[in-house]
Amino acid sequence: MSASQWRRAMNSAATAAAPSTAARPPLSPRQASPSVPGVDPIASPGWLARLGARIRLRHLVVLVAAVAYPFVASPFFTYQIGAQSLALGLIALSLTFLGGYGGMVSLAQMTIAGLAGYLVAIFGTSSMVSISLGWPWWLAVPFALLGATVFAAAVGWLSVRTEGIYTIMITLAIGVAFFYLAQQNYTVFNGFQGLSKIAAPELGGIDFREPVPFYFVALGCALTGYFLVKHLVRAPFGVALQGIRDNPRRMESLGFHVTAHRVAAYAVAGLLAAVGGVLMVWYNGRISPGTVNLAQMISILIIAVLGGMKHPIGAFIGAIVYVLLQNFAIDLFVRERFNLVIGGVFLAIVLFSPDGLLGLWAKLRSSLGRTQISHQKRRPQ
Amino acid sequence: MRATKRLWIRTAVGAAAAAALMGSAWAQETLKIGLLANLEGPFAVPGQDGYRGADMALKEKNGMAGGKKIEFVKVSSDATPDKAVAMTRKAVEQDKVQIMIGPLSGDEGIAVKNYAKTKPEITFINGSSGAQATTLTDPAPNFYRFNTEGAQWMVGLGEHALAKGYKRTFLISEDYGFPYSQVQGFMASYCAKGGKVVDKAWVPLGTKDYASVIAKIPKDIDALVVVLGGSDAVNFLTQYEQAGGNKPMIGGSITVDQTVLNYKGKRRESLLGTASAGPMADSIDTPEWKKFVADYKAQFKDGFPSPSLFAYLYYINTRATLEALDAVKGDLSNGQKAYRDALQKTSFKGPAGEVKIDANRNGVGTTYITEVTKAPDGSFYNKVVKTVPNISQTLGLPEAEFKKMGLGSRDVPDCRK
Repeated sequence: MSASQWRRAMNSAATAAAPSTAARPPLSPRQASPSVPGVDPIASPGWLARLGARIRLRHLVVLVAAVAYPFVASPFFTYQIGAQSLALGLIALSLTFLGGYGGMVSLAQMTIAGLAGYLVAIFGTSSMVSISLGWPWWLAVPFALLGATVFAAAVGWLSVRTEGIYTIMITLAIGVAFFYLAQQNYTVFNGFQGLSKIAAPELGGIDFREPVPFYFVALGCALTGYFLVKHLVRAPFGVALQGIRDNPRRMESLGFHVTAHRVAAYAVAGLLAAVGGVLMVWYNGRISPGTVNLAQMISILIIAVLGGMKHPIGAFIGAIVYVLLQNFAIDLFVRERFNLVIGGVFLAIVLFSPDGLLGLWAKLRSSLGRTQISHQKRRPQ
Repeated sequence: MRATKRLWIRTAVGAAAAAALMGSAWAQETLKIGLLANLEGPFAVPGQDGYRGADMALKEKNGMAGGKKIEFVKVSSDATPDKAVAMTRKAVEQDKVQIMIGPLSGDEGIAVKNYAKTKPEITFINGSSGAQATTLTDPAPNFYRFNTEGAQWMVGLGEHALAKGYKRTFLISEDYGFPYSQVQGFMASYCAKGGKVVDKAWVPLGTKDYASVIAKIPKDIDALVVVLGGSDAVNFLTQYEQAGGNKPMIGGSITVDQTVLNYKGKRRESLLGTASAGPMADSIDTPEWKKFVADYKAQFKDGFPSPSLFAYLYYINTRATLEALDAVKGDLSNGQKAYRDALQKTSFKGPAGEVKIDANRNGVGTTYITEVTKAPDGSFYNKVVKTVPNISQTLGLPEAEFKKMGLGSRDVPDCRK
């Protein structure tokens, strides 16, 4: 549910003030819209029916395209473009969830992802045998995710006391502090050089460092993360979170524990970022302070804003565009000045569509729709 | 109005599609060589000079090698190993280059070497990276480095320091792979011949405040060994001067370069006589070097006053790449076997001395010991005081003895006793 939808829903609920709707979570306009007749998501017991009603043609097209992609694309496109976009998208998704639905913009999401990556290397195996504990991956990964999630909750607990730009500042400070810690600590993080030779596991004869298997691991994680966010924002927790985003005082007076909801949101976002971080460290095969430096922290924000923070798919669209630009901008323009292309595209997108590429798409669709309607008979409203 | 707009959109989309199709259908009788340096990050400016060096080597051959037109596929990293591998992978797997030149910095080099192992059918040639481990630990059979590395660049400086009477020194250095190698290259002979490094201060790259380090410098030393680069060096010198420090200095290969020599502080005069070492120097007095500098100046109006270390290193590596191509007449068949044999045998007289490689495919070359000197016009430059030819990667030691010492790190070698 996007911010505008939420506001509309709140307003209509407020004006209608029907006691029956106030008792249960407000419906999003899409659920309540007459285009899906006969489906009441609360009363209907069949979750399958609900799912069926929600799946549209475009969902299927995207899913089929994503699954078929590695079989038509070259290994380079599968691994470097596809898998990297999915891993980065997952980290950006955590920011979309926090920022778009929780109203808290955190710059520390890359830090949390980086911590998860470091923990995989420290618990598991890496080039530094004196640092790595050598646990098997199925033990190292859950503990890395747990550690990063706990850290994310701690970051949240610290930063929810602030609002707006101060949240950005405090998460920025945490991220930069972590960067310097990783760069200067040699006993755990191995300083500037970091840890290398961190391989994705081999399982049942499949080497997950190969492009296609790794792509499917990334795709599985990305889809799980995407649907988790889709589900959460419609669940009571997500709805309460959006309420807190729009008016924390009102939510508090309604009896919601604002701080607890926000910290929980940080923890959920932390888990998503941590999964993305584990994918990133497997993708690169190494991790060093450069992975969590300021530029990388900001790139996650760029990806999220580029795609659009009103819908979880925006994070992945942003990531695809970001990775494509990173790889191919140098072929488009005078080579020495290729960063101009990257900057120019980002600027143009933000300038012409404050809602990112998703907003651009919505604009395009509505303008095309209008063009068609003007040539046909007007449909009855 | 709307119809016009729609037509316009359709035209634009159609044109974009046509352009994309034409781009992929483009094919000609050229050989593509990947070229990776840095256009972003801390080495963006040196990286640009690296590209210039490679361009120079190609222009000398009129853009041809082995009977084929050579086309560089330039890609850029930001000095992080992740980006270096990603961009190398792009050039190799997407742009389908068969020979890859790069990268620029040490840790990038190690990462690209590891990637090279997964692509045995491609030949990789170093750009300017100078980490010891690239060719000493677990080398890749298809990774060649015609330049010498950070430790080799400092060989001979130890003896020179002792000759100047510096028996006890204090080390201040940046805390990462390249300075470790440099320090080892200095210490290997310095300590063996009786010099002492009483203490080492490792500071993070990009340190602004050196107060705590300066306070630690003991009174009873003869000289400071300063292995810092760029702004770190300038910051240290300024603060050392303000603290009233007056010890003479020995520099690393990138410590007393032009940025530091142009520095305007009072302490500038005290830089006179500072010894350092490197694989090249601005004032080499040979016709090859003078021609190299003249060509550089003629070709790049926007370049530096004289070619930097990076231009030189990219130049010799690119030149070796092209000369070996000439030797096999552009034949890259049979898993590039003939080409690699030719590379192994490649040897030529470069601008700053002989260029050739050892059995580990690492450069064996000349090191120049220099001292900061005042030119007649009042400017400062590095005057060559000694040339040390034929330095191997084991720093002139027998291999077993070198292996016993191990690769340079924070604690290796230890030189306090």
